Amino acid sequence: MTNPSLPAEPTRRDFLYIATGAVGAIGGAFVLVPLIAQMNPNASTIAAGAPIEVDLAPIAEGQVIKVTWRGKPIFISHRTKQEVEQAQSVKMSQLPDPQTDQDRTKPGHEQWLVVVGICTHLGCIPIAKSGDYGGWFCPCHGSQYDDSGRIRQGPAPANLPIPPYRFVSDSKIEIG
Amino acid sequence: MSGPSKFQPTHPVLKWFEARLPILSLLYDSFVSYPTPRNLNFLWTFGAILSFLLMIQIVTGIILVMHYTANADLAFASIEQMMRDVNYGWLLRYAHANGSALFFFAVYIHMFRGMYYGSYKEPREVLWIIGVIIYLLMMATGFLGYVLPWGQMSYWAATVITNLFSAVPIVGETLVTWLWGGYSVGNPTLTRFFSLHYLLPFVIVAFVVLHVWALHVVGQNNPAGVEPKSDEDTVPFTPYATFKDLFFFSAFMLLFCWFLFYLPNYLGHADNYIPANPSVTPAHIVPEWYYLPFYAILRAIPNKLAGVIALFASILILAFLPWLDTSKVKSGRYRPLFKIFFWIWIATCIVLGWLGAMPAEGGYVIASRILTAWYFLHFIVVLPVIGMIEKPLPVPDSITEDHIGGHKKKAGAVAALVALAALVGLSVSSEPARASSEQPKPPQQTWTFAGPFGTFDRAQLQRGFQVYREVCSACHGLSLMSFRNLAEPGGPGFTTAQAAAVAAEAKVKDGPNDQGEMFERPGRLADRFQSPYPNPQAAAAAFNGAAPPDLSVMAKARTYERGFPTFLFDILTQYQENGVDYMVALLGGYEDPPADFKLPDGSNYNKYFPGHAVAMPPPLADGVVAYTDGSPQTLNQYAKDVAAFLMWTAEPHLEARKRLGFQTMIFLLVLTGLLYFTKKKIWHDVEHPTEAAPGQDPKATKI
Ligand code: FES
Repeated sequence: MTNPSLPAEPTRRDFLYIATGAVGAIGGAFVLVPLIAQMNPNASTIAAGAPIEVDLAPIAEGQVIKVTWRGKPIFISHRTKQEVEQAQSVKMSQLPDPQTDQDRTKPGHEQWLVVVGICTHLGCIPIAKSGDYGGWFCPCHGSQYDDSGRIRQGPAPANLPIPPYRFVSDSKIEIG
Repeated sequence: MSGPSKFQPTHPVLKWFEARLPILSLLYDSFVSYPTPRNLNFLWTFGAILSFLLMIQIVTGIILVMHYTANADLAFASIEQMMRDVNYGWLLRYAHANGSALFFFAVYIHMFRGMYYGSYKEPREVLWIIGVIIYLLMMATGFLGYVLPWGQMSYWAATVITNLFSAVPIVGETLVTWLWGGYSVGNPTLTRFFSLHYLLPFVIVAFVVLHVWALHVVGQNNPAGVEPKSDEDTVPFTPYATFKDLFFFSAFMLLFCWFLFYLPNYLGHADNYIPANPSVTPAHIVPEWYYLPFYAILRAIPNKLAGVIALFASILILAFLPWLDTSKVKSGRYRPLFKIFFWIWIATCIVLGWLGAMPAEGGYVIASRILTAWYFLHFIVVLPVIGMIEKPLPVPDSITEDHIGGHKKKAGAVAALVALAALVGLSVSSEPARASSEQPKPPQQTWTFAGPFGTFDRAQLQRGFQVYREVCSACHGLSLMSFRNLAEPGGPGFTTAQAAAVAAEAKVKDGPNDQGEMFERPGRLADRFQSPYPNPQAAAAAFNGAAPPDLSVMAKARTYERGFPTFLFDILTQYQENGVDYMVALLGGYEDPPADFKLPDGSNYNKYFPGHAVAMPPPLADGVVAYTDGSPQTLNQYAKDVAAFLMWTAEPHLEARKRLGFQTMIFLLVLTGLLYFTKKKIWHDVEHPTEAAPGQDPKATKI
């Protein structure tokens, strides 16, 4: 087949080589599946990521606590009336990632703010009750969040995310 | 191999690169244009097969390390977690464990091939010695790796092998303490073995590079044992050798996958599923099969130091082979006398291997001594002498003459193999009547999960779980299982709600809470089964020192002697149900002791228990568990159900394994078939040169 003077006819031989190559390549691809899949979270990690319940009763007004869910810090802030009002009155035009405070809380439980405590810049944990906006300040690169966990200033692109949670009763939430 | 490279790049970028680092031409000359003798038979593909196997071991090994914990308290459980929870963890771990056994299998064929065809002779002495070094490194690596699961066999293998060094005069004890990093095998031993087990494979890779380098300097030997004289005698490595290697590698993978998917524990020891216990040595401790001949040599010598020296000498003597064999003819094919002694020596190794697995007593020791003597005599006396007295057959003038001349010598090899088989059969059948005859074999039950398509009977697993919960769990834990497993696919098929209900009934110790106190709460799906005793000491104290063992992997940790030749047929029938058969037999094996049997206090007579005196009182009797599905409420039914349940707890991914195994086997059969025809097409013009057009170089064929 290296001889150009021979007619280039698609032969049974070509078909055989292509078929062998293709089957070999498919096999190689399948071998990669377990090699890659083994790095995903294993079954016990997934099972341990089940929802957790948090009792809100001991959290005083104005206090922020930290709980851990799936290895991530979750901030639960019991906001004062003043803080809630302040958070609700911010103009959307002032927000890099516009979102109302109502969208970030559960109706009837506006005093409770539950956010994932991981800076949306590069993953550091912001410090509560500090910074210029009454919320969080990230020490790594200076991002500042307000008391609704919304980004106001600094390199972080987005608000602190809200984890999935629901109120089991007035003083108990289930996260996850 | 000298002279300018055949690789002449035309692309300017390649030229630029080639002028700075000629690695492409090196690879091209080594693996594409490299001339390889045209008459190589399939035995020459084992070099390539071994390279692939080494890759498999390294890749799977690196992955296992991602999930393994090198700590004496955690190692065993971390491997079990890998087998249960990590995605495809069972596959990767079984691939690594069986891969090592098949690596040795392949290396033995590779070595025996070299010995038969005189591949160690001038000019390949250095090549051969590097090979012996690789073999030594493999043995060390295999041993170190065997220790890592930290089961009973791991622990005692580590103890016995490190104690070999205590035979060194004067500094022996100091040396062994240094190896251990303590006063016995312990956590420091495990962590250093782990480190070295990770290091040595890369040392092996380095020596393999040297091995291949040396090979490419002197060229390959071939079945005729004459060196290539003209271009006609060789074909380029690619595509000829490449596709031959790929075909045989693919075929070898069929064998590999047979073990990996259907007999993953066949080549291992059941005792290694018992966590390491420094205060109890297993009754019968033997190394992995690939070390058995050397183990037999060690035990054959009644003196400690001499035994250790003999063990090492039996391996190191291989390095002197190029000078011990005095014959000028390379290939055993043309050496009638050598051929006979070669096969006798192979048989000696195999029988020594069998003796290594037998208890060191009576006739076995005598046989080991005779064969050990013969093993060494073969090298020291037989090889030098027959080289001088033998009259070799005429050797072909060239490789081409040998290749075209046909293969009429096959009959000799077949006869030798038959003789070998007969010899092995004879030596084994003359096995003295063993004391084990008083130990009856458990009857073989029928199991739904046996065989290549086996699946668990869900109803049976649910009943078995009921028996475990109502009877066994009073004394035995199931600490490797979580409640969530009950609802996972491939198991008893409970709903998540049912599993959660089972979990909720358990009291789980949790904490510390905000006050720093431990507290009890109802179990959740993610929790492990709770053991009836807080620790093994408490369990032992409650049962006169005999702690009831955890049952999680019990079905894999128990077995019984299968005997010859049954154990060989088990490879074909995929018999893996030793553990469950034994359990059923044991649970129903309680009897009144024979009159002459002295039963120790606090124990019970059981027909099937090794030694017959078992601490566990008969746990089951007809009617003790009330089944709701109408199954017979008999002891035998309970025993079968609970054994099946424990098979599932020991091997929760059994169904997935067999399913994936079937898919893989079908795929490999297709690939092997295609590679066979591809190889045939590629080799067609070389094997049938008369059909090639006149004046056309058959080797010009490219794919
Ligand atoms: S990680 Fe928070 S500002 Fe960079």
